[in-house]
Amino acid sequence: MNAPLRRVAISVLVLFTLLILNVNYIQVVRSDELREDAGNTRVLTEEYSRERGSIVVDGTEVALSVPTQDTLEYLRQYPQGPTYAAVTGYYSLIYGAWQMEDAENDILAGSADRLALRRLADLFTGRDPAGGDVVLTLDPAVQEAAMAGLDGVTGAVVALDPSTGAVLGMASTPTYDPAQLSSHDPAAIRAYADELGAMEADPRLNRAIQDNYPPGSVFKVIVSAAALSSGEYTPDTVIPAPDTLTLPGTSTTLENFNGSSCSSSQEQSLIDALTISCNTAFAQLGIDLGEDRVREMAEAFGMTGDGMEIPLEVAGSSVGDIESEAALGQSSIGQRDVRMTPLQAAMVAAAVGNDGTLMTPYLVDQVRAPDRTVIDRADPEEFSTPVTPEVADQLQEMMESVVANGSGRAARIPGVAVAGKTGTAQVAEDVPDHNWFIGFAPADDPQIAVAVFVANGGGTGGDVSAPIAGDVMQAYLEGQGG
Amino acid sequence: MGSPSTDPRAALPGTVVPKRRNTELAMLGFAVLITLAAQCIVDLTVTGSLRPELATFGGWFAALWVVVHLVVRRFAPYADPLLLPAVAVLSGLGLTMIHRLDLAALQADAEAGREDAPVQLLWATVGVALFVAILVVLRDHRLLSRFAYTLGLVGLVLLAIPAVLPASVSEVYGAKIWIRVAGFSIQPGEFAKICLIVFFAAYLVDKRDVLALASRRVAGLELPRGRDLGPVLAVWVVSILVLVFERDLGSSLLLFGIFVVMLYIATERASWLLIGLGLFAAGAFLAYQLFGHVRVRVDTWLDPFAYRDEGGYQLVQSLFGLGTGGLFGAGLGGGRPDQVPVAKSDFIAAAIGEELGLFGLVAVIVIYLVLVERGLRTSLVVRDAFGKLLAGGLAFAVAWQLFVVLGGVTGLLPLTGLTTPFVAYGGSSLVANFGLVAVLVRISDAARRPATPPPPPKQALGEAPTEVVSS
Repeated sequence: MNAPLRRVAISVLVLFTLLILNVNYIQVVRSDELREDAGNTRVLTEEYSRERGSIVVDGTEVALSVPTQDTLEYLRQYPQGPTYAAVTGYYSLIYGAWQMEDAENDILAGSADRLALRRLADLFTGRDPAGGDVVLTLDPAVQEAAMAGLDGVTGAVVALDPSTGAVLGMASTPTYDPAQLSSHDPAAIRAYADELGAMEADPRLNRAIQDNYPPGSVFKVIVSAAALSSGEYTPDTVIPAPDTLTLPGTSTTLENFNGSSCSSSQEQSLIDALTISCNTAFAQLGIDLGEDRVREMAEAFGMTGDGMEIPLEVAGSSVGDIESEAALGQSSIGQRDVRMTPLQAAMVAAAVGNDGTLMTPYLVDQVRAPDRTVIDRADPEEFSTPVTPEVADQLQEMMESVVANGSGRAARIPGVAVAGKTGTAQVAEDVPDHNWFIGFAPADDPQIAVAVFVANGGGTGGDVSAPIAGDVMQAYLEGQGG
Repeated sequence: MGSPSTDPRAALPGTVVPKRRNTELAMLGFAVLITLAAQCIVDLTVTGSLRPELATFGGWFAALWVVVHLVVRRFAPYADPLLLPAVAVLSGLGLTMIHRLDLAALQADAEAGREDAPVQLLWATVGVALFVAILVVLRDHRLLSRFAYTLGLVGLVLLAIPAVLPASVSEVYGAKIWIRVAGFSIQPGEFAKICLIVFFAAYLVDKRDVLALASRRVAGLELPRGRDLGPVLAVWVVSILVLVFERDLGSSLLLFGIFVVMLYIATERASWLLIGLGLFAAGAFLAYQLFGHVRVRVDTWLDPFAYRDEGGYQLVQSLFGLGTGGLFGAGLGGGRPDQVPVAKSDFIAAAIGEELGLFGLVAVIVIYLVLVERGLRTSLVVRDAFGKLLAGGLAFAVAWQLFVVLGGVTGLLPLTGLTTPFVAYGGSSLVANFGLVAVLVRISDAARRPATPPPPPKQALGEAPTEVVSS
C-alpha cells in the first residue's frame, strides 16, 4: 500500500500548492483591485479610524476631525461650512471626498509619500497615525466679502494675489453645508444630497473653476493686449467704431449694447472703445488683427483649452473654433464659443496687474505634518508672460479708465485707484445675461486681482458684478492696513 | 491483518529509537508562546490594554498542552513529535482569531451577547479530554478494527440524524446538519466522519484482495469486476442522500473523496480513482440540474461579483478581506475581518489572510501540510495494513477538508459548509478533530515503536471499545 500512499502524499502537496498559488493570486495580483473596489468599505473605515488632518485658513480650521463614540472613530466638521464649501468640498461616507478633501486626500489621510517616514516612526513609537494639515492661501476677509456679495445670486468670485498667484478668495453660490454630507448617518446624507440635487443650480458645483461661461466684454482686454502687442496700436490709436457692423461674408449685423452709438464720428480711440466697451469697435479690431494674434494672446493668458490643478481640478478655458471672419468678430467681444472659468478671468486681470507676468494660481500655502512641522511650502511659479511690461502699463491705463470714467464705475474704492473691465455676456434668447467684472487694485501697485461672475444676473457687469468686486478688493486692502 | 509491509524507515528490532518527547515539549511551548503573543497583540491593538482574563486563558491553554504532553509521554512515548505542536499552534491561532472577532462584535455593539472564545476554549478542553481518553483506553489501534462494523453503523446513524430531525432542531443557514439541544449545537457529521474512516479502513483491508481483482484491461487500466462496484456505489448513494436531505455539499464531497482515496490506497488500483471521478462528475451534474441550492452555489462560485449583494456577498467580502490584507496583512486587530459574515466558523481563513497577510495564511497552510504529511508518513511506516489505511485515511481527511474549505473561501471551489479543522469556531469539529489526532498519535506510536518490546498488556485491551464511541 506504500506506493499509492506516496502518490496520495504528492497529491496532497499538489492540492496545497494550488491553494497557495490561488491565495498568492488573490492577495498579490488582485490585491489592489480588491482593495479599491467600491464595495470594499475597509479602506474607508480605516481612513475614518485615523485622525484626518485639518484644512486651515489663516490659523483657523475650516475642516477638522473630531473623535466620536461611533464605529467610525472620527467625524468631519466644517465650522464655517457654507463660506468655504467651494474649496473644502466634503468628506462623505457615501459620496467620497470632494474638492480639497479629494485633491489633498493623501496628506489629510496621512498616506502621502511625504509622510512615510513619520508613519514608520508611528509604527515603532505606538503613536496613533494621523493625517497632515493643509493650510490654504485664502484670506478670510476676502472670502467673507465674496460670499456676502454673492448672497442671493448664482455665481462665483475668485481673487488672486497678482504677484504670486496665491488664491485669496474662491466663492461659489448657491453654497451648501459640507458637514451634512460628511455625517455618519447614510440616510441623512442621502436626503441632503437629494435636496441639493433638486435645486435649480447644484451647490456642489464649484462655479469658480469647474465650469466655464461666455465672458462677454471681459475678453476685450485680451483683444486689446493683442492689438497693443502687435506694435501697430497704442491706447490712443483711433479705430473704427460704427453704430452697426455687418459681419464679413454675412448679412448679420452686430450692434452695440442696447443698440447705442459708441461715437458720433463712427470712430474712437482704443482706450475710449474699451472704456465704454464698444462692441463694433472690438469686433472690427479682432477681424483686423486676425485669428492667430487673438488666439495666441488668449492662449498666453491661459486659455489653452487645457485644465489645470491648483490642486483642485480647473476646467479649461478657450476661444473655441473660429470658422470665419464673422465668427472672429463675434469671438472678439467674448461671445460665440469663447469660454472662461471665473478663475481664468481673474488670471487675466492678475497678469495685467503683475506687469504682464502671469503667476500660476495655487490654493495650498503649506502642508504640515501631524505635529504641525511644515513639510512643504508653496513656491510661486510663473505661468507665462502674455504681454511686455510696457503693454501691461498701457492696458492698466485703459482699465483704470473703465472704472474711472466708463462701465466699471461701481467698482470704485474711495482713495484707491482701481483698474477693471466689465462683461455682459448674452447666453440665449429670453435668458438673462451673465454679468462679469474683472479688476485689480491699487491700479499702480496691485495687491489683489479679482473676477466676479454672476450667472444670468439680468443686469450688466457694471451694475451687478462691479460693486461686488469693489467690496472684495476693499475688504482685502483694509485688512492689509492699506 | 493482511501482509505487514516493511519500510526501511521503520525501526529495526533492537535499535534505540529516539522518542523526541523533549523536542515535542519544546515545540509545544513555542506554540503556546506564539498563541499568547498573538492574544496580547490582539488586545493591545483593539482595546489598548491587556484584558485581565488573559492570565486565566494563558494558564488554561498551557495546562491543556502540558496534560496532552504528559499523557503522550506516558501512554504513547514513541508518537510522532510534530503532530501535536502543529495542532497546538493551529488551535491557538483559532482561539486568537475568535477572540479578535469577539472584540469586534463587542465594539460594534457592547451588548453583543456571549463571547465565543471562552466557549471554544471549553470545547478544546473537552477535545483534550477525548484525546486523553482515547490514548489511555486504546492501547493498540488494531483494536478498533474489531468494532469497525459497529462504528460504521454508528457513523451512518450520526450522519442520518439531522436529516430525520425536524428542521427547527437541525437546520442552520439552510444546511440540515445540526442537533440543537439546550443551547448547544452539535454537528454529528464531524464524528460520523471519523467513525466511517475506521469502518472504511477495516472493511477495505478485509476486502482489498477481492476489490483489487481486475476483470479486463482498458487503455492500460485494470478495471475492477462489475460486481465489486457495490461498495463504492453504496457510499456514492449515501453521499447523494446527504446532499439531498441535509443540503450539505461539504460533507457529501468529503465523505465520497475520502472513501475513493482509501479504496485506491487499499487496492493500489488507479482505476478506482477514475471510477470515483466519473461517479462524482455524474453526481455533480445531477445535483446541478436538480437542486436549486447547488446551482446557486456554483453560479456564485463562477462569478461571485455578479451576485455581490446576494449569494456572493460572503465570498466577495472574503476576497475583499484577503485582497486588503495583501502580502503582510493588516496586523492582528488591524483589519475588519468582522465584515465577512460568519467569519468565526466558515470564513476564519479569510480573517487570518486579512490580518496576517499572505505570509500568515501560507504559514498556516504549511502547518496543515506538516500535520498531514506527518500523518501520511505514519501511515507509510506503520506495519499493519489496517493501521496504514486508517492513518492514511485520517491524514487525507484533514487535507481534503482543508482543501475544500480553503478552496471555497478563496474562490477556487464552490463554497461548502465545512469548517477549518482545529481553527474554526465550532465544538463538534474541534472535539472530533482532537479525537482524530488521538488515533493518529496512537498509530504513530506503534509505527515508531521498536518491534521487539513486549506487547501491551492483554488485560487492558478488553475495556477499550465502549469509551471510544462515546464522543
